[in-house]
Amino acid sequence: MLVDGPVNARTIVSANETARAAGLHVGQRLSAAQALLSHFEAVPYDRESVGRWHRFLAAVAYRYSSEVSLLPHAVVLEVSKSMGLFGPWPRLESMLRADFTDLGFRHRMAAAPTANAAHVLTTVSDGQAVLSVDTLRNALQRVPIAKSQLPANAIAALPSMGIRTLGQVLALPRDGLRRRFGAELLASLDRLTGDLPSGLALYRPPDTFDLRIELLHEVENQSALIFPVRRMVDDLAAYLAGRDGGVQRFLLRLEHREGRFTDVPVGLLTPERDGALLFEFARGRLEHVTLPEPVLALRLSARDLPAFVPAGRDLFDERPANALPIEQLRERLRARLGDGAVYRLGSTQDPRPERAQREATHDEVPIEPHPRPTWLLPRPIPLRGGNPIILAGPERVETGWWDGGEVCRDYYVIETSLGQEAWAFCAPDEQTGWMIHGWFA
Amino acid sequence: MNAVVPLSTLLDARQVWRGRASEVPVGEQPTGWHALDAVLPAGGWPKAALSEILLPVDGVGELRLVLPTLARLTQGQRHVVIVSPPYAPCVAGWRQHGVDMRRVEIVAAAEKDVLWATEQCLRSGSCAAVLAWPHHADDRALRRLQVAAVTGQALALVFRDRSHLSNASPAALRLELEAPPRPQIWVRKCRGGAVSAQAIPLPRSVH
Repeated sequence: MLVDGPVNARTIVSANETARAAGLHVGQRLSAAQALLSHFEAVPYDRESVGRWHRFLAAVAYRYSSEVSLLPHAVVLEVSKSMGLFGPWPRLESMLRADFTDLGFRHRMAAAPTANAAHVLTTVSDGQAVLSVDTLRNALQRVPIAKSQLPANAIAALPSMGIRTLGQVLALPRDGLRRRFGAELLASLDRLTGDLPSGLALYRPPDTFDLRIELLHEVENQSALIFPVRRMVDDLAAYLAGRDGGVQRFLLRLEHREGRFTDVPVGLLTPERDGALLFEFARGRLEHVTLPEPVLALRLSARDLPAFVPAGRDLFDERPANALPIEQLRERLRARLGDGAVYRLGSTQDPRPERAQREATHDEVPIEPHPRPTWLLPRPIPLRGGNPIILAGPERVETGWWDGGEVCRDYYVIETSLGQEAWAFCAPDEQTGWMIHGWFA
Repeated sequence: MNAVVPLSTLLDARQVWRGRASEVPVGEQPTGWHALDAVLPAGGWPKAALSEILLPVDGVGELRLVLPTLARLTQGQRHVVIVSPPYAPCVAGWRQHGVDMRRVEIVAAAEKDVLWATEQCLRSGSCAAVLAWPHHADDRALRRLQVAAVTGQALALVFRDRSHLSNASPAALRLELEAPPRPQIWVRKCRGGAVSAQAIPLPRSVH
């Protein structure tokens, strides 16, 4: 059961079925509850975390509709347009329910032409679907006043006047209601029936993801962290799907005692959002970490959330059907071999052989007209043995005086005395002191 | 016992097993070297299998041998992975041979991880060819690569020192390169066909 309030006057905010059967109810004093029931677990009500999860659910719902709003203890989303994409309401409803159940949230759901009516219907029962304005009045008829979400003064006063359901309120003359309860009640009723726009502020998903889980006990073993990490990464994936984005970099912070922590950064080559994939990388990084001390809490934060572009696949793809995408393969290799272990080389505009190629360039450089070797030595080595035979050249490379890397060389294709073809250079016009820079393998 | 049985009836009754391997699919992975393709039973590299290239020393024409294949695969939008090459591939030179370098992944792996990385790439199914330079690969390791190549339907090209020639190998094709002054290729083993008794000359790059 959840309790809230000042320490000396705690009241019950929520109680489970067993507690309710024992006579405990919401709003009761904790001391009164203790008199009724000797053993129960009282968990402090954490407003901040409730708010955070509330917004998290809105982010999940954002996947299905661009108009999502927060109501007290509820998330409403505009579905009439979404049904064009996801199919009729029963189908959309089952998708939403599957999402919330997978994330571990108990929920009640209703559909109605107005946001407030849907909210009221969920408080009465689960799974009601009212899809037209005409049937809405019927559906609201039997809703008890106590659950009608009308202004508090009306909820308090109406039952004593013998008015117990919303249907009875709606049948009352409006002038009389306004005189007794003011315009606020009429406005609430109009918002329920759709005569007045609901005027809710739209939810905007945040641009960063931050999730913290406190572990129930101190964890000293990495394998015990795997399950909570899986849960967190799944939440991240759900959030990313709702945002239609991907994540390129996220940080897993293992919090220890007294504010010490260990950071496990997870970086990817391209934005991804698949939960299983992200989990595999997170686990790969986590396995390399040695825990200096027990872990009390985990925090996952992602600030770099670029747009996600799904990889296009050819309709007539020649690869086997169960092939791992190349991006996933690269990440798997990186996870074990190190971040810089997988790369592509591209040409640059620089004519100096040492700088003519670099990792991760996509410059459109025309193909070199002069002969180039296929193996490039990391640094030139002197030629041993007898005089070489010159097969092609010279090609003068003279540049770089402006950046300190000055080069002035004559490049030749030569055949060494052993018969190997090499790419070698010497000082301009000298043809001695050969330095081999590559092999025509 | 003197009755003469025509051979054809025995063959038709399938009572005689003829010592010939099953048909090899032909022409799916040409090497790009016509003289070599002509003597190989598959008309090129054995498809989805391990091929071993044995060298006296690095840089004797092993890239010239495989670059036409890499050019064909990368231009067909397929990925090629190079695991721990002995030197850096020279981008300008590879592009002159028609290789699309945007589809060539280079993996720098420590000695002990070369075989692991090669197997991962082969098994993934997303690479058309994987080139590797393992230093310590025994029979079991090569067999693993062969199985991975079948699983991922990829060409596995493994470059090793020619001193390994005397050891048995599970590779479907073994080629030995002879160093200059007479650069040529010897076919030392090929699955599904007889080994050619003659060496195939490996012409120099054109300058």
